[in-house]
Amino acid sequence: MTTGTVITQESLTKEGLAYQSAAGGAERRLIICAGTGCVAGGALEVYSEFVRAISAAGIDVVTELRPEAPPLPGFVHVSRSGCQGFCQMGPLATVLPDGILYTRVKKGDVAEIVESTLKHGKAVERLLYVDKSAKRSCRGIAEIPFYQAQHRFVLKECGVIDPDSLPEYLAKEGYQAACRAYTRMTPQSICAEIDKAGLRGRGGGGFPTGRKWEAARAQPAGTKYVICNGDEGDPGAFMDRSVMEGNPHSVIEGMMIAARGVGASEGFVYVRAEYPLAVRRVRKAVEDAKRAGLLGQNLFGTNFSLDITVMEGAGAFVCGEETALIASIEGKRGMPAPKPPFPAQSGLWGKPTVINNVETLASVPRILNMGAESFRTLGSRTSPGTKTFALTGHVVNTGLIEVAFGATLRDIVFGVGGGVTTDDGSAMSEMKAVQIGGPSGGCLVPDHLDLSLDFDSLRGIGAMVGSGGLVVMNRDTCMVSMARFFMQFTQNESCGKCVLCREGTKQMLALLDDIIEGRATLGTLDLLEKLARTVQKGSLCGLGKTAPNPVLSMTRLFREEYLAHVVEKRCPAGRCKALLRPHVIPAKCKGCGVCIKACPTSAIRGEKRQVHVIDETLCTKCGACAKACRLGAIEGVA
Amino acid sequence: MLPEALPEEASHPSTSPSRKFQKVCDILAKHEHRASRLIPILQAVQEEYRYLPEEVMTYLATSLHIPPAEVYGVATFYSHFALAPKGKHVLRLCDGTACHVKRSIPILEALRSKLRVSEAKPTTDDLLFTVETVSCLGACGLAPVLVVNDQVHGQVTPEAACAIVDEIAAKETAQ
Amino acid sequence: MSAEAVVEINGRKVPIEGERNVLEVIRKANIDLPTFCYHSQLSAYGACRLCLVDIEGRGIVSSCSLSPEPGAKIRTHTPELREMRRMTLELLLANHEMNCPTCPKSADCQLQELARRLGVNTVRFKRTHAPKPVDTSSPFLLRDPGKCVLCGDCVRMCKEVQGIGAIDFAFRGAAVSVVPAFGKNLDQVECVGCGQCARVCPTAALTVKSDVAKVYAALADKNAEVVAQIAPAVRVALGEAYGLPAGTVATGQIVAALKALGFARVYDTAYSADLTVLEETHEFLGRKTKNEKLPHLTSCCPAWVRFVEQYYPKWIKHLSSCKSPQQMLGSVIKAEGAPDGKHLVVVSVMPCTAKKGEAGLDKFRSGDCQDVDVVLTTQELVRMIDEGGLRFDQLEPDSLDSPFGLKTGAGLLFGASGGVSEAVLRQAAEELGAARDGLAAFQSVRGDQGVREVAISVGGNPLKLAVVSGLANAKALLARVESGAVEYDLIEVMACPGGCVNGAGNPVRKNKDTIAARAKGLYHADKMLDLHRSSENHEVKTYYERVLGDVGGKKAHALLHTTYQSRARIDGAALKLVEGSQPAALAVTVCVGTSCHVRGAQTLLRKLITQVETAGIADTVDIQASFCHEACDQGPTVVVGGTTLHRTTADQAFAAVLAALQTKAAPDDRVLHG
Repeated sequence: MTTGTVITQESLTKEGLAYQSAAGGAERRLIICAGTGCVAGGALEVYSEFVRAISAAGIDVVTELRPEAPPLPGFVHVSRSGCQGFCQMGPLATVLPDGILYTRVKKGDVAEIVESTLKHGKAVERLLYVDKSAKRSCRGIAEIPFYQAQHRFVLKECGVIDPDSLPEYLAKEGYQAACRAYTRMTPQSICAEIDKAGLRGRGGGGFPTGRKWEAARAQPAGTKYVICNGDEGDPGAFMDRSVMEGNPHSVIEGMMIAARGVGASEGFVYVRAEYPLAVRRVRKAVEDAKRAGLLGQNLFGTNFSLDITVMEGAGAFVCGEETALIASIEGKRGMPAPKPPFPAQSGLWGKPTVINNVETLASVPRILNMGAESFRTLGSRTSPGTKTFALTGHVVNTGLIEVAFGATLRDIVFGVGGGVTTDDGSAMSEMKAVQIGGPSGGCLVPDHLDLSLDFDSLRGIGAMVGSGGLVVMNRDTCMVSMARFFMQFTQNESCGKCVLCREGTKQMLALLDDIIEGRATLGTLDLLEKLARTVQKGSLCGLGKTAPNPVLSMTRLFREEYLAHVVEKRCPAGRCKALLRPHVIPAKCKGCGVCIKACPTSAIRGEKRQVHVIDETLCTKCGACAKACRLGAIEGVA
Repeated sequence: MLPEALPEEASHPSTSPSRKFQKVCDILAKHEHRASRLIPILQAVQEEYRYLPEEVMTYLATSLHIPPAEVYGVATFYSHFALAPKGKHVLRLCDGTACHVKRSIPILEALRSKLRVSEAKPTTDDLLFTVETVSCLGACGLAPVLVVNDQVHGQVTPEAACAIVDEIAAKETAQ
Repeated sequence: MSAEAVVEINGRKVPIEGERNVLEVIRKANIDLPTFCYHSQLSAYGACRLCLVDIEGRGIVSSCSLSPEPGAKIRTHTPELREMRRMTLELLLANHEMNCPTCPKSADCQLQELARRLGVNTVRFKRTHAPKPVDTSSPFLLRDPGKCVLCGDCVRMCKEVQGIGAIDFAFRGAAVSVVPAFGKNLDQVECVGCGQCARVCPTAALTVKSDVAKVYAALADKNAEVVAQIAPAVRVALGEAYGLPAGTVATGQIVAALKALGFARVYDTAYSADLTVLEETHEFLGRKTKNEKLPHLTSCCPAWVRFVEQYYPKWIKHLSSCKSPQQMLGSVIKAEGAPDGKHLVVVSVMPCTAKKGEAGLDKFRSGDCQDVDVVLTTQELVRMIDEGGLRFDQLEPDSLDSPFGLKTGAGLLFGASGGVSEAVLRQAAEELGAARDGLAAFQSVRGDQGVREVAISVGGNPLKLAVVSGLANAKALLARVESGAVEYDLIEVMACPGGCVNGAGNPVRKNKDTIAARAKGLYHADKMLDLHRSSENHEVKTYYERVLGDVGGKKAHALLHTTYQSRARIDGAALKLVEGSQPAALAVTVCVGTSCHVRGAQTLLRKLITQVETAGIADTVDIQASFCHEACDQGPTVVVGGTTLHRTTADQAFAAVLAALQTKAAPDDRVLHG
């Protein structure tokens, strides 16, 4: 595409066809997952080796498909994609049109794949995924339960297309929706269509996107802004990262449509600095779009313009809160401001500003392309569409997933996730809880397994969808300790502006420490809950308001466990070191003295062939005695 | 009548815009001397100098017409900004939920104990290593994760982490 | 009133009348909702969470940041809100240095007051307070971070109203504190001493530096003759501490109190204000005639002067060369000398903290003492009066001493914003041969806006003046002047909004009306006096005849005028890595800028540290990592003592260190190439 010529629906379609035509000349397509996880596993070396090996085998290799200079047919198209989601099985490599997915690919496997699959169309069995429960190997995505149980809507092209290739994006209807938005729709109709579709913010709030846009659109004409919130700070969440890494143009297109709907001509993409790959991909996508005339002045031949700046965060979770994010873009400390006024009325530099989550924006082009009604057929009535989740923790299949709203927890943990494991993943275990929504979220317990998940059903049980982090915890997890972990995180990330969050989370942490270290009374628990409610109701921003959620959720759902810590000074999961009471089981002890020798503090006493006793005052709970005992006569050790 | 302009070497030598801090001047020029660009400017300065020297921050404040206290406030708010030089090799341990649940703390303790550093003093005396925790890197499928300089290591154990340190230390003494 | 513009507060209907937030509507309805961080003159911050209200349909929100919406049903004291407020206060107390009886803000502390009001008699939380060092470096203010409740009022005052931002929030979360840049002390940064931060501080985190001890010491010194001068703005405010209405002129009682405390004589700064008017009018008219150094900038406010020296060195020559009235009087008193055998101690009683720094400047020193030895603020004098057990409101008024006790109304005006201008205009009118205009002639310079523009004709001469209070306003005005958008002949700037009556040394009142009342007191006093023009002050006239000679003459210049200098705003320092414990440790600096780094500076540094430590000389050497010696193509660069080494290695640097320690010769600025 050359700048200067007006981009129309027809010209976009033409570009797309040109790409497809060029791509059609490929004998095979090899897609190497180059998401952060697979890269850590060596995916880039695998990629380079493929390029080298295929070329050495005398086959034409194409890594960047340029429609204006299509290669001669018979080549192998090798490309890198964004996160394919199956992170535990990476590095991943997909071969098309065979539909084969290879897992845990190493540099040394490349030669065999080139020989067997690329040359002779035969799968390399040992690199296929094995479904342990069904006891069979799966050729491709269509057979792998992890993928089958998902509904990849926003993630459709993540893991497939080359995120650095604008032509490939165009071949997938790219920028068609934006073109229509600028040339054939009005701002009102755009906001109305998104409202009709029932799209709700995917960043955590679940606020109706169409209504947010309309509120900004309705402000008096003048300077307005759109901001993409890519500051996905929830530990355990990497959905937005994957979308930015895997399909950055979808986010840009979504921003364009938002800008048109609201009346903005300047936009920002704020990406966490901890996502260098995402930053790079989004920056490149913006540059490519600019060069192609899709961004800048006179978009699609109209009088409208849009410039997008990519800004990196600098390490502050609180900047995911919209007013803090705005402060950060303004070059200040990321401290939130009271709402109202809301950003849609007064945001960046005091101007009407729409801030949307990455996933929300990436959904927008698809919604406009398929139509609001069609979108509503997905998901549930109050929460149409799908949601990406980062499934992590004690579960067989960890990774990035997407399901339609209305799916149950069971579908996710057992269907997609494959079930709950022990800490080291070596065996199966029972599910104790699933933390949903990160450190701002609440807990789901086995009672909720058949709950249909959507924004409202979760709110109804005191939890929230949040950004989509799902951490599965097995029965050996201590829920007091987990609450403390989350509180530590929010305390660290508290900006420090308002008294309730700054001092309140600090004191909640101190109270939790009292419980964990055996100093608590019932009064401690009572004060903790009172304080939690005050912080929840009175804090200035979302971080403070949701910081007590884990505590409130867990003290309610796991009250016996908390009471055990407080009243009995006992940790049922056996995790809280201070509450451990290593002791000898008299019935099992033979008085051999092995433990006495192993103990570094001489805390064990006992005569030969007499039952030994551990002196609690000297015991440091190191566990050496239990390790040494061959009769399993010592328990109460971590 | 307006006050006359004084020659370039204005108010005070240390704030003279002439030759000092050439690289910083380039960064400022690239960002059009806009105060709202303070954060990207600090990021670029840190990229260049590996930390944020006080002199530079003062110079930035003067050039951008922002009070130095405000620059200091911004620099200390965000975790990424280092006000003291970091070690040559930076070890970042992810302490996100998934990594935590997969036992990242023992790795942190092992590294800190081996290098004799702590949270308050994260860099070794010889400025060779810095150990710090970092918030979720989004590589949760590979928990626990350790990033050494820019390389991501997944499914790390305390022993593996210490081995990485030994390997680097050996290379350094060999030089 | 229409039924629409009404809210319901605790069941009672209250009209909305242009208030900018719900809190102000609530306070108008006579419910004094507690707040910490809210200040009517500053932007809403929303941090203290005390002003929370429960609005039907909206939930619990902070009332300071919400615009009043007609029809809103607001509850201010539900059981939940009460519990939340108490908990908030307990959280603050848990992290506060609680030594109330010995705290300078003891009777005046907002935290203490709220604890009492909200009935907080226990703190359920663990004390997390860690002692923090107190910053006593500044002559103006005492900074005690341990008492800070992080309301941010000082930050916003310094930034929004004074346009400086010398202190700001740093760090994050529980580590947040309000500090000067880089955690330095106040005297190392660009603080101009206006003290407005202390005026808005609800606790003792920032208080006026007390010099009371120095005064007691002087009073107890049998060889000292201690005299006082009282500023105009003090006399209309001090009485408030004893129940007198703001604006009551309590001069007589103040004199009586001072005499009772042991002061030998009490003079009036308004006398020297008259002196200032004569000198400054002469100077101004001279400039106007020659059309040079205009606009003329007033110089009696030391915070403003320092502001110009730091930020606007180009404008220094526009400042009046006149000293401030305080300093003029100090010089005059000292020039008169003391009775034989005694040395004079001049104590000025000021509404101002900046005056403390002004009095201590080197240029205001003659011989072995300052012209003004100690500056006491109104607040400090109140303390002394209390300690002396004096019942102020029952004191028999006493009179000021001659010859420096006589003043005209013009001198009194200095205490209010616009006062200097009005006084100068009255004098200018006489010198320009204008008709004897009534007092009302120049009242157009009065007012309460922060920037007032006045175009006035004096004896047929058109003059354009700008009267500014608040330094941010000054900044904006100077920018407009520099851009050529506006032009003035004279600009009066007072750092404190409203002028000296609102000085940080005066009793602190949150009531906006107080300041206006104090100014009114001065205007009233001016009206009641017989003399209104500075040239009518016959004691001043006598002084010129006896000592000074001509107005603006050589002698007058020597005694009553001064010069200014441009000032750096901040001290800098490099980063110490090995700190030599010996006082004369050898300074070694290794550049760790990128170019040097790429050439192995980091390795060099490590090796050098190891070599120094192994050789056991670490206590005599100070190794610092600094950055950029601007010799990037000749790195690595190491500076040993006074010698700079380029393209050097660790061994060469170490050899240079040993050589330098051996020779201990005078620093030798040679540059050596490796």
